[in-house]
Amino acid sequence: MEKLKYALFTGCTAKESTPEQMMSTLAVANKLGIELVELTEASCCGASHLQDYDDFLSLVLNARNIAYAEKHGLTMVTICNTCQLNTAMTKHRLDNNAELKAKVNAKLAEVGLEYKGTSQITHFLYAIIDDFGLDKIKEMVVKPLSQFNIAPFYGCHNIRPSELQNATHKSPENAYNPTSLDDLIIACGGANVDYAEKNKCCGFHAELQSPRTAAVLTGNAVAGAMDANADWMVTPCPLCHLKLDTQTHHASVAIGREVSLPVLHMQQMVGLALGCTPAELGLSHHVTKVDFI
Amino acid sequence: MDSLKTQQVTFKVFRFNEETDYLPYYNTYTLDVTHEEVVLDILNRIKWDHDGSLSYRRSCRHGICGVCAIKTNGKAVLACKTRLFDLIDIFGNEITIEPLSTKRAIKDLIIDKKDFWDKHAQAKPYLEADIDEHPAQENLVSPHDAEKLLEADYCIQCGACHYSCPSLEINEQYMGPAAFAAAYRFSADVRDDASIERLHIVNEEAQGVWDCVKCMECAEVCPKEVNPIEKITKLHNMIFEAAVAKNNVATRHAVGFAHSIEKHGLLDEGELVRYSEGNIGVLKHVPVALKMFAKGKIVLPWNMPKSDKLDEIKKLVKSSSTVKF
Ligand code: SF4
Ligand code: SF4
Ligand code: SF4
Ligand code: SF4
Ligand code: FES
Repeated sequence: MEKLKYALFTGCTAKESTPEQMMSTLAVANKLGIELVELTEASCCGASHLQDYDDFLSLVLNARNIAYAEKHGLTMVTICNTCQLNTAMTKHRLDNNAELKAKVNAKLAEVGLEYKGTSQITHFLYAIIDDFGLDKIKEMVVKPLSQFNIAPFYGCHNIRPSELQNATHKSPENAYNPTSLDDLIIACGGANVDYAEKNKCCGFHAELQSPRTAAVLTGNAVAGAMDANADWMVTPCPLCHLKLDTQTHHASVAIGREVSLPVLHMQQMVGLALGCTPAELGLSHHVTKVDFI
Repeated sequence: MDSLKTQQVTFKVFRFNEETDYLPYYNTYTLDVTHEEVVLDILNRIKWDHDGSLSYRRSCRHGICGVCAIKTNGKAVLACKTRLFDLIDIFGNEITIEPLSTKRAIKDLIIDKKDFWDKHAQAKPYLEADIDEHPAQENLVSPHDAEKLLEADYCIQCGACHYSCPSLEINEQYMGPAAFAAAYRFSADVRDDASIERLHIVNEEAQGVWDCVKCMECAEVCPKEVNPIEKITKLHNMIFEAAVAKNNVATRHAVGFAHSIEKHGLLDEGELVRYSEGNIGVLKHVPVALKMFAKGKIVLPWNMPKSDKLDEIKKLVKSSSTVKF
């Protein structure tokens, strides 16, 4: 197989509050022989909030990020669900609206850039599943996660709206019964846990303006995983991770029940199965202690 | 799968009678279903062949009246529009049929939809305009202006989004996606004079658009492709454009991204929280922030990373900004 190569859009979180996400992404890519060219010029995608204030500015900034991936002639890989949604949504809107694309390009021209629409945008989870292949992951597993019940937490912005999301990867995902992360858990030798909240919202985006709603959603998600006998949770999104890992106190108060589980990034789970060390995966950067290694 | 003409499906059907039952229960039926049958056909067969007391709403059978919305394995659907074979593709051969909201059940699949209609009415889902009672000519709307309504006009008030919205499930004041789609529908209409009034209604804390958690479920579930979350984003934009936005944590949270991007290219997470909450409000985040700091999860201001080619980003933020706060 030809060596896989992508343009990596890290997003902000990987550079700030989830350093372990950046570490584990690089460690896993290294193990799998995937080359990641980091888009160091990229800006924040606006995290689904900038567009509420200034939709056009959000489009211009996201188009600029994609234009840098296009310059490399590479598919853009994201490691954050919200980055994925915002970037893919921008691409979808520009590719289907010539007038809007021209308006955005008029701005990009001021800095010598152009959005063409030539790069695909996919989340690292689907790059692993579609391009690398679960069978090959299975073969490479040296430390199967066989003693663990693992609860997949998909995160809204990787599965909804499914029409947009499914256009960015090959394996079809149904928003009401997603399977990709379950399949990855199984490929890593773990047992996947089924629970009602696995495709629900963690509340992250309303944390400041609607703290109770956000805390109840987090509490419900962790409680659902605990009740299904999960040993830990895994997510492809650093924002879900932040919410589930650092906000368990508020969540417990909100739902009137003590809830807490270790939460791993998808990359950390794969890394563990492939034999990366806890230090390489940044497991010490979690607020809820990863106590099972 | 397509070559198969019938499949055996086990249906677990929610039963409850407000007048006689203390708790709901489920009846199970195993039926052979054909590839052309929709959920409503199954409900009819259960009612006509097995249990005449099963209650559910249906009228048009054409996906137009919106009364037949129910949940199948948690997914809200129009019973008259949803093929069983499509559900089997997603969920397999065990299908649980429940009302849109079990806690609002009156009898079986029939719910009390009062909260939906109250919130819909709150959005003033009608045109308000000074009407010339003896107009000399028709009041025309150009195709361009009509397009601005997007798909908001297609809503059939089925409630599928409303009873799937996680914000609304937790915060009973929240108006919900269908009410917001209606608010957008009429506020975006060139003939309407109540736009500002409606924007004030949807701008209110707790009930308004700021309490949306952006889960995208309303876009996913809507059987008429209304895409309510897109309309919610439009309402956010209109709130800023019309200067209806208040200076509060929710608005500052959206605006803060622009400030941060202009300064660093990236989001300054700590500064966003401080700017959104204000210097006093931010204190409630200190306990979590300290725990995060201990784990190396907080970047101090002087270590804040910056995007390469930041000058490009600064220039674009200046030249492409379309609103002021
Ligand atoms: S979604 Fe979050 S991590 Fe992704 S770019 Fe935007 S702010 Fe940064
Ligand atoms: S769609 Fe119109 S005609 Fe058909 S049942 Fe509903 S209200 Fe009646
Ligand atoms: S996106 Fe917002 S309005 Fe739509 S279902 Fe989610 S929380 Fe409700
Ligand atoms: S927006 Fe869609 S799902 Fe919501 S009430 Fe209207 S038609 Fe039903
Ligand atoms: S019966 Fe009218 S929409 Fe289904």
